[in-house]
Amino acid sequence: MTVHNLYIFDRNGTCLHYSEWNRKKQAGISKEEEFKLMYGMLFSIRSFVSKMSPVDMKDGFLSFQTSKYKLHYYETPTGLKVVMNTDLGVGNIRDVLHQIYSYIYVEYVVKNPLCNLNEAIQSELFRSKLDSFVRGLPFFSARAG
Amino acid sequence: MQKMSRPANRRPENPKIDWHLPTISSTASAHHMSRELFVLTYGALVAQLCKDYEKDEDVNKYLDNMGYNIGIRLVEDFLARSAVKKCRSYSETANIIAQVAFKMYLGVTPTVACSNTVRNQFSLILVKNPLVDFVEELPASRSSLCYCSILCGAIRGALEMVHLIAEVALIQDTLKGDDVTEIAITFSNKIEMKKPKRNK
Repeated sequence: MTVHNLYIFDRNGTCLHYSEWNRKKQAGISKEEEFKLMYGMLFSIRSFVSKMSPVDMKDGFLSFQTSKYKLHYYETPTGLKVVMNTDLGVGNIRDVLHQIYSYIYVEYVVKNPLCNLNEAIQSELFRSKLDSFVRGLPFFSARAG
Repeated sequence: MQKMSRPANRRPENPKIDWHLPTISSTASAHHMSRELFVLTYGALVAQLCKDYEKDEDVNKYLDNMGYNIGIRLVEDFLARSAVKKCRSYSETANIIAQVAFKMYLGVTPTVACSNTVRNQFSLILVKNPLVDFVEELPASRSSLCYCSILCGAIRGALEMVHLIAEVALIQDTLKGDDVTEIAITFSNKIEMKKPKRNK
């Protein structure tokens, strides 16, 4: 079981952070285009899901999976989006994504007056805390399972 | 939160509340903050602003602006710690602000009243306002100072980050002779989510 990569977007679509741990295949486009593609897809899927839902929606879009990986999605009411790609052995990790938001993003970015909230996160402390948090997750193993 | 019992022969003073910030951050150890320190710091801030700016409107404007900047970040901390879900209605939002947010950050719970039939204007009524604990009255030269503008700015900033535009104003102020402190929140339409631009 493993974590492939992680994206964090703000409410305007700016990619605030991207890390990868275990990515075997690149998208073949520039990182900037990749972020725009990812954000555009998430925006479209969210509105699709809410429009086409046959029942009253509670949480909205949570995740999708293919035969090889699973994409997990978590959005805060302020519009911050945390997206994590893992392999298929991982279940529902909304609480993990919420922890990334509350224990890492809020603590090391929101509470840092020098961090501008609308641009990519420069803080090295944030990066290292996030990295050690993800590496400490029970479903993370350095070798792809 | 601990309440100290008040000795009967002393002038009634406010019970001390220690905010024990939760130990959710891995680096910072648990730190206590005494309410008095916070209230006194705020008072010193207002006093300095009064020295810097002559007109009351300017001081009010800067306090509101500072509150706004606090609010846009405070809302993230609030959402992280309280884990409230999206509110379905304006009255639910006003209730959450009063019962959860005010309780979490100031230790008091205002009552919520709905002010109009359209159900988009709500008032938060504070019988006891912790920010004015040590202020007896406004000086004569500063009669139109809104001492608690920072609260209005913070609420406005926080609401804007969850896509709700609102006007927040101080309607009644104990420092100006009213019985209670009343903050009026008037919701207007929600911000539309921006669609991502496509560059081909």
